[in-house]
Amino acid sequence: MPLLSIRGLSLSISGRRGTNVVLTDVSFDVDEGECVALVGESGSGKSMTTKCIVGAQPEGSEISGSVDFAGTDITRASRSTLLRMRRAEVAMIYQDPRSGINPIQRVGDFVVEAVVASGALTQQAARTRAIELMRAVRLRNPEQIMMRYPFELSGGMLQRVMIVSALMGSPRLLLCDEPTTALDVTNQAEVVNILGDLQKKRRLAMVFITHDLDLAAAISDRVCVMRDGRIVESGTTSQVLNAPSHPYTKALLSSRPTLGGDTATRLPTIAETLAAEGAER
Amino acid sequence: MSDQHTLLAARSVTKTFTKRSQTVTAVNDVSFELPAGGSLGIIGESGSGKSTLVRIVIGLETADRGSFLYRGEEHKLDLRRSRRQRLTDARRMQIVFQDPTVSLDPRETLRESLSRILHLHYNLSGPSAASRIRELTGAVGLTERQADALPSQLSGGQKQRVAIARALSVEPEILILDEAVSALDVSVQAQILNLLNDLRAKLGLSYLFVSHDLSVVQYVTDHAIVMRRGQVVEAGDTRSVLSNPQHPYTKLLLASVPAPGWSPDAAVLLRRELEATEVPA
Repeated sequence: MPLLSIRGLSLSISGRRGTNVVLTDVSFDVDEGECVALVGESGSGKSMTTKCIVGAQPEGSEISGSVDFAGTDITRASRSTLLRMRRAEVAMIYQDPRSGINPIQRVGDFVVEAVVASGALTQQAARTRAIELMRAVRLRNPEQIMMRYPFELSGGMLQRVMIVSALMGSPRLLLCDEPTTALDVTNQAEVVNILGDLQKKRRLAMVFITHDLDLAAAISDRVCVMRDGRIVESGTTSQVLNAPSHPYTKALLSSRPTLGGDTATRLPTIAETLAAEGAER
Repeated sequence: MSDQHTLLAARSVTKTFTKRSQTVTAVNDVSFELPAGGSLGIIGESGSGKSTLVRIVIGLETADRGSFLYRGEEHKLDLRRSRRQRLTDARRMQIVFQDPTVSLDPRETLRESLSRILHLHYNLSGPSAASRIRELTGAVGLTERQADALPSQLSGGQKQRVAIARALSVEPEILILDEAVSALDVSVQAQILNLLNDLRAKLGLSYLFVSHDLSVVQYVTDHAIVMRRGQVVEAGDTRSVLSNPQHPYTKLLLASVPAPGWSPDAAVLLRRELEATEVPA
């Protein structure tokens, strides 16, 4: 049985201006040790899907379908179950590490805080574990980094600190929401390499959100392409990238300039490719 | 001496910042030439000095050493220059930044903003201003209705078009684009890149195009310089710089770009090798 199984997940938010359908019939599985990428543009529902996985969908939203994590349906779970799950089993990393860290707290205090507060580890054990994990994410001089403040670290270093913090509670599932988008390319390569490494060594299940199909290809086993709250295409990563069957996937792939590609011709925009494919918008 | 086809030339530009008795040379002895009607890419990661360099060009920072030649004559943006000189300088170059949400006045529509600029620079009003506004709005692919919308009512791509329309309104010879497409979704990015290529062909504009995204740089520039830690490490025509890089840093940048079949491992290795040869920053 997969660790995470999402079936027919739909979500809508009702407001004064009527009902906004955010997700429609989203289904996919993630096995232990497997990485599934959710690929799409802004507003496609990628982030909302991960919110539903941790039961953090917006208040007052209508949700149907099921999100089954290790035998528990998250959409119907109690608050205490959700808290326990978020503390020990599912962790998240986001695009901008600076918005997720307390700027006036030392990095070391930040990473050990949650596991110590929950009673999972003693202060001493937590610090030892943090230093081990910092080595695993290739941060040099971890003892010194523990004493630093966030503003003293670069974006790439800080994102590695966030990975450490996410792994402190030994989660089984790691949700990564555009974790490298705010980083320089060379740092992106490093972080992707680190995440791939950790995922293999620890048999982590991973959901990796990105707008970059080529990046998704480098890290994931399977890909779901999302558009307007639906999965329009899914399959193994090589299948989806090498032989995309949905016009939208083809459009996404062709709208980006490629290195060594033709610069004399216009870039086909997504709307143009879809029109050429004769698909409705 | 620069020849008559050179529109803007930088000669050994250097800028040092001092913070808490630490000195950082943000731009170190940088020279470049932008031909009339040409497009020069400035490639680099955060901290490379690429943004500081163009901020000096546009007059938001001043260089400690070095000079600029505009059509062979010294181009100096003195903070105490006359109003008339400031207006002249504004018609030479304009800049478009990465995030239009920050660079646009949230209370002003495109029409209001253009009316103000056209009045200030050309003393235009009434029907002649209206027809010029129609022209500019059309040039960037916005509708009359969108010209009357506040920035908050527009999408990211539309806002970036507003920023470009504003920049074009004074008919600058040089348009500086500082990561101007980096925050956009791929489909919108494709539209803006096509627009930039069209505008250059139609209006004979010259671009200084700052970006960390190599495939985007390749798409809109003829020549490029690669910056690292304030210095130009490689320069040449864009295609040969990107297809046959000479400097280890350029090689690392290229190896870091996700592409079909890409794996981050090579980039991680190249980075280790490069860092081993450098003094830590």
